[in-house]
Amino acid sequence: MAVILECRDLTKYFRVGRNKQGPVYLRAVDGVSFEVQEGETLGLVGESGSGKSTLAYTIVGMYRPTGGHILFRGQDIGMEADRRSMALKKEIQIVFQDPGSSLNPRRTIGQILGLPLVLHRGLRGAAQEEAAIELLRKVELPPEYLLKSPSSIGGGEKQMVAIARALASEPSMVVLDEPTSALDVSVQAKIINKLIALQREMNLTYLFITHDLSVIRNVATRIAIMYLGRLCELAQAAEFFEQPEHPYTRMLISSVPVISDEEERLKPKKVESRGEIPSPVNIPSGCSFHPRCPERASVCSKVNPEMVLVRPGHYVRCHQFTSCWSDTKKVGEIG
Amino acid sequence: MTAVQHSKSRPEAVLGLNMKRQRFAENMGKYWYAFSRNKLSVVGLAIVLTIVILAILAPVVTPYPEHAGAFVDYDNASKPPSRSHIFGTDVFGRDIFTRIVFSFRGALLIALVVLSIAVPVGVLLGLIAGYFKGTLLDTVIMRTTDVFLAVPPLILALAIASMLKPNMMNSMIAVTLMWWPWYTRIVYGMAASCRNEYFVIAAELTGASKLHILFREILPNCLSPVFTKIALDVGWVILISASLSFVGLGEQPPTPALGQMVSDGAKYMPDLWWMTIFPALAIVVIILGFNLAGDGLRDMLETGVK
Amino acid sequence: MPEEILLDIKGLNVWYRVYGGYLKVVHNLSLQVYRGERVGLVGEAGCGKTTTMKAILRILPESVAHIPRGEIIFRGRDVLKMNRAELQKLRSRGIAMIFQDPTSALNPVFTVGEQLEDVIRFALPPEERQKKRIHDIAVQALKEVYLPDQERILQSYPVQLSGGMRQRICISMAITTPRELLIADEPGTSLDVTIQDQILRLLRELVEKHGTSIILITHSLGVARQMTDRIYVMYAGSIVEAAPSATLFKEPLHPYTVGLLASVPKISGGGIAEGIPGRIPNYLNPPNGCRFQPRCSLSDDRCLSQSPPILDVGGGHYVACFRYER
Repeated sequence: MAVILECRDLTKYFRVGRNKQGPVYLRAVDGVSFEVQEGETLGLVGESGSGKSTLAYTIVGMYRPTGGHILFRGQDIGMEADRRSMALKKEIQIVFQDPGSSLNPRRTIGQILGLPLVLHRGLRGAAQEEAAIELLRKVELPPEYLLKSPSSIGGGEKQMVAIARALASEPSMVVLDEPTSALDVSVQAKIINKLIALQREMNLTYLFITHDLSVIRNVATRIAIMYLGRLCELAQAAEFFEQPEHPYTRMLISSVPVISDEEERLKPKKVESRGEIPSPVNIPSGCSFHPRCPERASVCSKVNPEMVLVRPGHYVRCHQFTSCWSDTKKVGEIG
Repeated sequence: MTAVQHSKSRPEAVLGLNMKRQRFAENMGKYWYAFSRNKLSVVGLAIVLTIVILAILAPVVTPYPEHAGAFVDYDNASKPPSRSHIFGTDVFGRDIFTRIVFSFRGALLIALVVLSIAVPVGVLLGLIAGYFKGTLLDTVIMRTTDVFLAVPPLILALAIASMLKPNMMNSMIAVTLMWWPWYTRIVYGMAASCRNEYFVIAAELTGASKLHILFREILPNCLSPVFTKIALDVGWVILISASLSFVGLGEQPPTPALGQMVSDGAKYMPDLWWMTIFPALAIVVIILGFNLAGDGLRDMLETGVK
Repeated sequence: MPEEILLDIKGLNVWYRVYGGYLKVVHNLSLQVYRGERVGLVGEAGCGKTTTMKAILRILPESVAHIPRGEIIFRGRDVLKMNRAELQKLRSRGIAMIFQDPTSALNPVFTVGEQLEDVIRFALPPEERQKKRIHDIAVQALKEVYLPDQERILQSYPVQLSGGMRQRICISMAITTPRELLIADEPGTSLDVTIQDQILRLLRELVEKHGTSIILITHSLGVARQMTDRIYVMYAGSIVEAAPSATLFKEPLHPYTVGLLASVPKISGGGIAEGIPGRIPNYLNPPNGCRFQPRCSLSDDRCLSQSPPILDVGGGHYVACFRYER
């Protein structure tokens, strides 16, 4: 399988002010490297403040990276949307979290779908209308919806329209930024299944961003977990849940509210969540997770661990898997 | 593709037209419901409609249309309100009611001209400054706006009007110059917050032009408060232009103007009180009417149609 | 199982006046909370669970909300018939409330201390309202929700604290003065999953310690399972099923509950089933019979015309569906 998108040591800092030592930066994305294979769904999981949305927005061109590279089919696309070619904009599309604000309330659905159709496929008039009806059919909405305004339809239907808009340019990759987190579970099920069906039908690659672990388990091929701008762990979806290695991953999985005993057994029991994610302006030294980590050692606050391969396709960024772990002693439970 | 093929391949087009009509009727009902929730708005709307109709039909509805110009009838001069002159007559014997109704024409015309120049200019500048917030363009536009806003409006209008020849045209210019910055301010705020909405970002990311984003995506979302302000402003423009004509910087005699009638009558207070009181009341009623109707419009546009 | 009924809602209906008629949101809702019990009220967005909660506290917008029928009996008194003074007492000493969004539940222009101390002051009898005493209770309250450095937090403004800390403060406000019933409306939903877990564990611990009854309003079946003894499932303004938590997840009976449970994504994988087609009915003209009938694959003619009765299927399990009639 071919690599469609690759991030190499990607960083995105925002300047938030200055103090005596000079400018103060918010390090939203801080050295992230990963690859997305053609046709897969890479799940990117993190809490708010983890930088997952900034990473997604940088990939689609809302921001220019501070450092590192984004390669799309081998071509460096680390620039803002203004500077990207139309051919590139056609290839990468995004679906935002809140369908309420991603669809202009003053335009009809026909007009909303018409914009990418005219820009990327040059369709106008009757041809555009036919293509828009075809898009609506793809997301199982009737043609009458062309004349409706987004404010007159339900949240799930709005998100379906937003998906249809993203697909209008016939992209090869779609970034999904929490596409179902504003929706009810019964609607969520429909959207997720539709996304999976569309992926097969149109041979799409998804970068699926979410904070919801139980959703990502059911859509992703591989899952990457992000904490304070860095990746902690990356593995195949099933392995990620069955053999989580990073203490943060275990903490997250054990915090998920579940509805069956079968799921309860999957949860790593010991790890009780504690503390909160610190501000990305003041990232803790060493491993950024160490203040909340139940398994931390003295080395953790000093040295930032490297990403290491623990099993085929399974990467972890934790000192327990680096050579320095054996030389150090566990500090044990504190606080 | 021929027209025949169109209708064949798109049976929805017919359906669409019916749906549009149906939705329009439904929306009108909802708009009227939101507007009429406050009975005062309905009163305001009635006042506004009455004034507009009176102004348009002035030569027909007034008892003495010839009194609107230079007319003298010393036999009937300075008469208090009576059955034949319900608001009385002025020192030249002209019917005050007739002159008030005719002066509505000038007042509404000023409001119309002033707002139809000030609003588009103000909205456009605000839209541009808001979308390019943080750039030099924003600074230039908004600081200029601030300069205009810093000067008390009536003083500014007085200064401009007195520099130019005192007539209706110039008083309109004066009022227009002091009016646009308010619209720039309103639209600026709306456009600047709209710019960060995901629908604008989505349009940018997919490659829409700046023109499309400004006029198709952002502008329609900024218009509700503009419409409300227009309705409220008609009254205020009339008041300001009446103030200008009160000090002799507006419409020149013998054409009737409300401010000028008030100031003429003021010389004969309190004996010929009707010469001042009725034009002054007319000003109050106009402003009240437009304000009440404007409030209703705000209720209607802000509660929105869902 | 404690037997004393603390809150008893009987046949509650709540309507909202809008253009073209009334939105008949809450429809013949009945619900009981026993003393010391943890009850979950589960339903999707727009099912009327927040309206129900607001009706209990009488904080519905009076200009548009209308309660045509129903009783809300709290400790033997009908909340809907209370006068202003009784309501004041109900809100300051009887029932406490925790909202979904801790940011908007705290006033940004007052310090945490001022707000927390106000709550304590109103709950105390007038002769005990000494400054020192109130302050001590406030410090104690923050200790109880495991917030460190209490003096500093009391002097902070809400914006200076994180979302999790703000929610802990809201909990401390609700729990510090003796209340008999706590209504928590989606208490962890706006927070991250690890913080939500902490907040829920804290809430559970405090409720147990004080013996307070709680109504946990949530859209998440997982949260309800973890937190409650008994669950009411609400759909389109009515209770469709009520059962002890363990029973509900083992044998859901109502087609809506079955569908809802199927739609929840599982961390064991296996895809997500689409349990329920269609969408929630229009409250302006809701279906005549069972409100779930238009989305139900098992419905027949009777569901179209008659509202199903609430049937007792034994073991404290109730379901509003004709299929379970004997």
